Amino acid sequence: MGLAIKHLLDVYSLSKEDVMYILDTADTFKDISTRDIKKVPTLRGKTVINLFFEPSTRTRTSFELAGKRLSADTINISASASSVTKGETLLDTLKNLEAMNPDAVVMRHLASGAAHFAAKHVNFAIINAGDGRHAHPTQALLDLMTIRDCKGKADGLKVTIVGDINRSRVARSNIHLLSKVGCDVSVCAPASMIPAGIEQLGVKVHYNIKDALDGADVVMMLRIQKERHGGNYFPTLREYSRYFSLNKETIKYAKEDVTVMHPGPINRGVEIASDIADSELSVILPQVTNGLAIRMALLFLLAGGSRQ
Amino acid sequence: MSENIILDEKNIARVISRMAHEIIEHNSGIEGLVLIGISMGGNKLCERMRDCVERIEGTALPLGIIDATLYRDDIRSGTAQQEVHQTDIAFSLEGKDVILIDDVLFTGRTIRAAMDALMAFGRPKTIQLAVFIDRGHRELPIRADYVGKNIPTARGEKIALELDASGDDRVVITKNSNG
Repeated sequence: MGLAIKHLLDVYSLSKEDVMYILDTADTFKDISTRDIKKVPTLRGKTVINLFFEPSTRTRTSFELAGKRLSADTINISASASSVTKGETLLDTLKNLEAMNPDAVVMRHLASGAAHFAAKHVNFAIINAGDGRHAHPTQALLDLMTIRDCKGKADGLKVTIVGDINRSRVARSNIHLLSKVGCDVSVCAPASMIPAGIEQLGVKVHYNIKDALDGADVVMMLRIQKERHGGNYFPTLREYSRYFSLNKETIKYAKEDVTVMHPGPINRGVEIASDIADSELSVILPQVTNGLAIRMALLFLLAGGSRQ
Repeated sequence: MSENIILDEKNIARVISRMAHEIIEHNSGIEGLVLIGISMGGNKLCERMRDCVERIEGTALPLGIIDATLYRDDIRSGTAQQEVHQTDIAFSLEGKDVILIDDVLFTGRTIRAAMDALMAFGRPKTIQLAVFIDRGHRELPIRADYVGKNIPTARGEKIALELDASGDDRVVITKNSNG
């Protein structure tokens, strides 16, 4: 047994068996974080570097804790405090890290394909923690794990993703992964936020949240990235909120036991109403808990065991 | 490949019963005892042992499962299997007499890892080791307190305790045809 991959760069290069293997491994890691002694010695002597060229709290903390709970030495490098500000290229940064013999590098970069580029040039494992608009595989894996926890299965479920599909790597990775395991995926957003040709990924496109939510088992709300919108994609936040937010009116169109998800950080009152985010249907915090377990599993499988 | 059945269902039941009596005798009763099976091989044996102790003493002992994979020393060299199983110990081990149960005692490395893993759940008063088969070839200074059968084997052979839910229990030695 073992993963067929050496790096985790995207979800489409994972086989269904690999996906289930990662999820099953993560399931067994969940209880370590609930013990009095939240640490196992598995990755003792291994070095994991978090290389983040974009701001992140949740993902970086999650990876850092994951490494620490497995006894790996983890260090964080953020672009603002590194030689990147002095003009060093990505390849030079990677080669310098390689000279210090890390076992895995967790990388977030603003350029799509950065992780693939890195993986071609280094001898350690690369884990993609988000590259541009392209992929955020650990988020998709933790979302699938959470869906499986709530519903007992993923096959045949109707999942609706609402928000800026065009620029969301979370949406892309989830579309690929959830389709792979047999979900029926729909996306919903203003037309300006739907990329051309998205139907080719096998998703249904809706421009009206009521149609999109009809019969949904799971709804995934994406954050409206206020900092990236200069008001070009919709007239005002209030208008977006009025037509595309999940609130006690719109949620009625979904199944009664719909599972509400959000990759965080949430904008209360913009894409999701506070009472929904805090309701019993919401699994936003269990997603974070599962994220830690997924990242522990990946570090264990990619940096721990052998790679034939 | 040749298969050789050494023990059948009746023999196995007698051995488990004797081991249960030994455990009770050695601890002068079952006060403070807990049974922990090492995943996966020890799970079923652990349940059988609990049932057997319950028949003798009338009380069911607390039962837990420990997976030692994350504590193994061979995880990096690639000889360990990477499959991690559930650990399920729903009680504190603080001050308890832990009976650690596995099907086969071989190099002793699994037991070493399992003992390390146990320490995360409290400080037991004692850890005693019960194995159904001791096949020799120890690589660490570890011995069992309760042994079902001493069965000397060659390194290349495989020996397994098969406890079937349908009651078709047996101990099988598998030899390589060239061995």
